[in-house]
Amino acid sequence: MNKKPAIEIKDLSFAYNGQNVLEDINLTIKEGSFLGLVGPNGSGKSTLIKCLLSLLKPDQGEIRLFGEKLARFDSWSDIGFVSQKANSFNSGFPATVFEVVSMGLYGKVGLFRFLKKKHKEEVRNAIRQVEMEDYMNANIGQLSGGQQQRVFIARALVSKPKLLILDEPTVGVDAKSVNRFYDMLKDLNVNQGITLILVTHDVGAMTEYVTDVACLNRHLHFHGDTKEYEEQEEDMMSRMYGHDVQVLTHNHDHPHDHSHDHDHGGKHRD
Amino acid sequence: MISVFFQYDFLTYALYTGIMVGFLAPVLGVFLVVRRLSLIADALSHITLSGIAFSLLLGRHYTMFAGLNPVYMGSVFAVGGALMIERLRTVYTYYKELAIPIILSAGIGIGVVFISLADGFNTDLFNYLFGSVVAVRESDFHLIGGITIVVTILLVLFYKELFYLSFDEEQAVVSGIPRRFLHFLFIVMVALVIAASMRIVGILLVSSLMTLPVAAAMRLAKGFKQMFIYSVIFGQFSVITGLVSAFHLNLAPGGTIVMINVFILLAVVLLTRKRG
Repeated sequence: MNKKPAIEIKDLSFAYNGQNVLEDINLTIKEGSFLGLVGPNGSGKSTLIKCLLSLLKPDQGEIRLFGEKLARFDSWSDIGFVSQKANSFNSGFPATVFEVVSMGLYGKVGLFRFLKKKHKEEVRNAIRQVEMEDYMNANIGQLSGGQQQRVFIARALVSKPKLLILDEPTVGVDAKSVNRFYDMLKDLNVNQGITLILVTHDVGAMTEYVTDVACLNRHLHFHGDTKEYEEQEEDMMSRMYGHDVQVLTHNHDHPHDHSHDHDHGGKHRD
Repeated sequence: MISVFFQYDFLTYALYTGIMVGFLAPVLGVFLVVRRLSLIADALSHITLSGIAFSLLLGRHYTMFAGLNPVYMGSVFAVGGALMIERLRTVYTYYKELAIPIILSAGIGIGVVFISLADGFNTDLFNYLFGSVVAVRESDFHLIGGITIVVTILLVLFYKELFYLSFDEEQAVVSGIPRRFLHFLFIVMVALVIAASMRIVGILLVSSLMTLPVAAAMRLAKGFKQMFIYSVIFGQFSVITGLVSAFHLNLAPGGTIVMINVFILLAVVLLTRKRG
């Protein structure tokens, strides 16, 4: 496969209050791939994503999105983002599912313009895509964590992005919904060709779905396809977490098994 | 009851002004409340007081200012205070709410000094503090009419951006929405509406018209658009019945309007109480 890169990161470093959070990151993500970006809490995953989205300015290095330098990149509606904080919004906020998903089109529609009929149809389609059509006019705060997550995916999908970035999307979502959620992501990747980046510290479950894995803890410790990753997994974990960590493979029969969780790990910055 | 309001010009002005204020204040209040900024309205109303006091002081010493409607100077101070709040919020990055008490106390402090200098603790001032049906002038009507038109147009134009910023600021910025410009525009609109509202409800009670109808609406509305519908219905009802009863009972309208809002809020809270 000779696909164009969706994201190119070169020699990227970022320091926060004098402490290096990211050092010399080099990472190229091809169009059409489904990347799992893993690392312990405080490993700089969210910081890297914020640099990609131009919410933070790196101290060093260069980022290109779809071949365009970040400073000159302007087709933000090609990029969907579901933030870690997405479902920690104020749940008393008076907004319906339809209104929340509509927000995904605001940037694309632009200033001084209004949502037209065809935009509203697109919103409805995105809601159908995540199977939330029965809740179109429900208050977002009254849905379950898993349902809210799907609404936020719909918001990211409604502008028909080429790249979808999800930062810890399964936090607060029950285990049963998590598998269904991953299935949906895989479908988006395989059938609609959307490039996906899934940021997570939940290493076990995601390896069954992603095509590539990148391991981050200040440095990029590994980047390769899922097969290579599985071959080197234990070695990788101990390098990333500082000492031997037993890695349990994910098992559908024990969805509550979180023994691979980073909490057992050694030193990490929070 | 209400027909007397159409027999006298000043009462007609008061009624129309009240209807405009009963629309603008709750509409902006929706954004203030969901962004947890409802206290900003209080800070800005107090800084408006210093503007009014300054205008009264100037009027006393310089004849050229004597004929000037103090509401104009109040608006200028309110907008200045709004800009200072935005500035202070960036100074105290981790304690953004500090900006509000700073501006609030500065406003009342400056106001009281100017009022003492102008020797102005009189009924005129009382009207500014608590509102008055009879104090509304034709020039107030024109000023508030202008503000209503401008603010309504701006809100329609920027509705979707303001909504997105209120719900999820980070995502809104990612999608390219100009955050700083919109915050600035919004707070200036709030300042103008506060200055415009104080003839009717008075400085001390302006913020209640921005928050109480919204607080009641919040219990009923499922979505954001519904918030506006309920808030405006409650705002209109409270202003119209408040003005009429204030006139007939010879009370300051600020008080009657706020009381009606409190009753609406209590009724809504009781009706929507979760059983169990």
